[in-house]
Amino acid sequence: MTTLFTNARLIDPEAGSDEHGALLARDGKILACGDEAEILKDIDRAGLDIVDCNGKYLAPGIVDIGVKVCEPGERHKESYRSAGLAAAAGGVTTMVTRPDTTPAIDTPEVLEFVRRRANEAAPVNVLPMAALTKAREGREMTEISFLMDAGAVAFTDCDNVIRDTKVFSRALTYARSCGALVIAHPQEPGLSNGAAATSGKFASLRGLPTVSPMAERMGLDRDIALIEMTGARYHADQITTARALPALERAKKNGLDITAGVSIHHLTLNELDVADYRTFFKIKPPLRAEDDRLAVIEAVASGLIDIISSMHTPQDEESKRRPFEEAASGAVALETLLPAALRLYHSGQLSLPQLFRAMSLNPARRLGLDSGRLAQGAPADLVLFDANVPFVLDRYTLHSKSQNTPFDGARLQGRVLATYVAGQPVYRRD
Amino acid sequence: MTFSHRHLLGIEHLAPSDITAVLDLADTYADLNRQPQKHGDALAGMTQINMFFENSTRTQASFELAGMRLGADVMNMSMQTSSVKKGETLIDTAMTLNAMHPDLLVVRHPSSGAVDLLAQKVNCAVLNAGDGRHEHPTQALLDALTIRRAKGRLHRLNIAICGDIAHSRVARSNILLLGKMENRIRLIGPPTLMPSGIGEFGVEVFEDMNEGLRDVDVVMMLRLQKERMDGGFIPSEREYYFRYGLDSEKLGMAKEDAIVMHPGPMNRGVEIDGTLADDIHRSVIQDQVEMGVAVRMAAMDLLARNLRQRTAA
Repeated sequence: MTTLFTNARLIDPEAGSDEHGALLARDGKILACGDEAEILKDIDRAGLDIVDCNGKYLAPGIVDIGVKVCEPGERHKESYRSAGLAAAAGGVTTMVTRPDTTPAIDTPEVLEFVRRRANEAAPVNVLPMAALTKAREGREMTEISFLMDAGAVAFTDCDNVIRDTKVFSRALTYARSCGALVIAHPQEPGLSNGAAATSGKFASLRGLPTVSPMAERMGLDRDIALIEMTGARYHADQITTARALPALERAKKNGLDITAGVSIHHLTLNELDVADYRTFFKIKPPLRAEDDRLAVIEAVASGLIDIISSMHTPQDEESKRRPFEEAASGAVALETLLPAALRLYHSGQLSLPQLFRAMSLNPARRLGLDSGRLAQGAPADLVLFDANVPFVLDRYTLHSKSQNTPFDGARLQGRVLATYVAGQPVYRRD
Repeated sequence: MTFSHRHLLGIEHLAPSDITAVLDLADTYADLNRQPQKHGDALAGMTQINMFFENSTRTQASFELAGMRLGADVMNMSMQTSSVKKGETLIDTAMTLNAMHPDLLVVRHPSSGAVDLLAQKVNCAVLNAGDGRHEHPTQALLDALTIRRAKGRLHRLNIAICGDIAHSRVARSNILLLGKMENRIRLIGPPTLMPSGIGEFGVEVFEDMNEGLRDVDVVMMLRLQKERMDGGFIPSEREYYFRYGLDSEKLGMAKEDAIVMHPGPMNRGVEIDGTLADDIHRSVIQDQVEMGVAVRMAAMDLLARNLRQRTAA
């Protein structure tokens, strides 16, 4: 089947362009894109399946690294089905899932199970990550090579920092020999232990246990030294503070194989949003000062920070309805990622090609995927969205089983109209 | 006199006029409390439940007495031995109690913000009797009343707050209250016991106690929790006492008529010299306890008035 997406604003992050045009997809791949007359030169318009985009934006679907689906273990919080529906509704065409489940995804057998479940239930692509150490305990490395054969696209202990530097250096060395990508959470665990907020006036007034933003830089500094030592392929899941940026820049300049991400929440919210102990704003690492938020946006614009993720972390009402210190961390964001990211577009801080470079192109490239681009031969994983329509988010309309979003009641602008995976519609807004 | 709040959760949301309203009314209750006939009827027919998730003898007794003097039926619940230990959540506990229709709920909890959370889920008036390191509003109000009665005013005073500021809800509430009433606040203590971002609080910070106490009108000492004493935040009790314990020599730096305060319970010989604490010419520590009952009567009276108005409306 051949589909023509006509009358679209095409966002191509690879070319950095935002132009009127059309896109032709056949057999799940992009056949051509650009000027409509040019594309249809040798093709008969009759017989094509035509999608009129009405001048709305068509961009490569989002590749979201770090999605927590709570299978196995806590299916009541999020299943592959519910996460997949949420992803489709959010324009996420590839979910790269986290291994911090119960039990952790740390053997090829568990990974098999996950892949089977995911492919049965989710309408979007699911690529699993596996734990770097057994049970994410930071003691013994997992079977990295077997796990890669079983389909693991990256290795991470998620927010568990491997305290033992010797264990981490060995795991990095072994991972390098397999060509595996390691994703770490840069944080000095001694300093951040027990913290619920970033140190500063606000946290002190609220009487919350805090962590200095310096803990992130210390964690990153250690990791950079280890990458220099081992030559491993490394991605920092979230860089959220201004102080960590010069270290990242130096490491990149020195030619290390390092990339960095940031969550959408750290780009669009700051510590003051916690207000009177709103636990939906409790995330890891904690929300930062406004100066940090602005510095990190700047770093995304310049390309120093490569990837924006949702860091989708479902939590049930029970675990959030507690005093702030005791409440669980994390927020769901598959469906709010794009509308929240568009805040940065409307404020003039990031262009649409810059946003999709960070949400689609860069994560795909980092994982060695062919997607994330509007180019001939790339998978026809696409998101069609209206960048301007205003709405007030009602968390109970989300597809996730858990509705712990900090954007409940927030005014947002822009939403997904349709999502396509391999040319097939997986979501259409009525 | 206006006080339009539904709960008393902290000093942060109070206006100076709210604070004055509580203190003025508390003044009258302080007088009443010195009469042989101490009974008022402001809370007659009402039910007051004291929920203490953290041990407290003094504050709980003070609230209990305040409620009884105003005619409320008072019930104490020691939450440390209750179903909370069996895994019931704070919200469930709150809902259960709420179903018993209390009018006033006095809550102390070890987590910052826990009392705010609870207040969102119940219909009655909630008084924060201390939450984590966040706030302890009635303590700040009773301190303010004590200062006002001793100094004749509650503005343009130099007030030093000394000791473990970082972990103290008393310090936070006092910084907020005394700042709102336009006093100059100094914080004195080792940097390991100062909260982060202290430079933005609009206070002066001193690491040298002698320097910090120079010409102050009021010296507020804070209790140093036992678990912070060994090695973690300060090297030892004796080194702390040498550098930051209040004795008559250090107090000599303050104004001649400076008063000495402490929220209790005191660690004699750790943060304060025992003889000094008992010196009736300088120490107002007993007055603080007395004003505590009066301030709590006033606060509950004002909240009960709003409660009655809401019910009537």
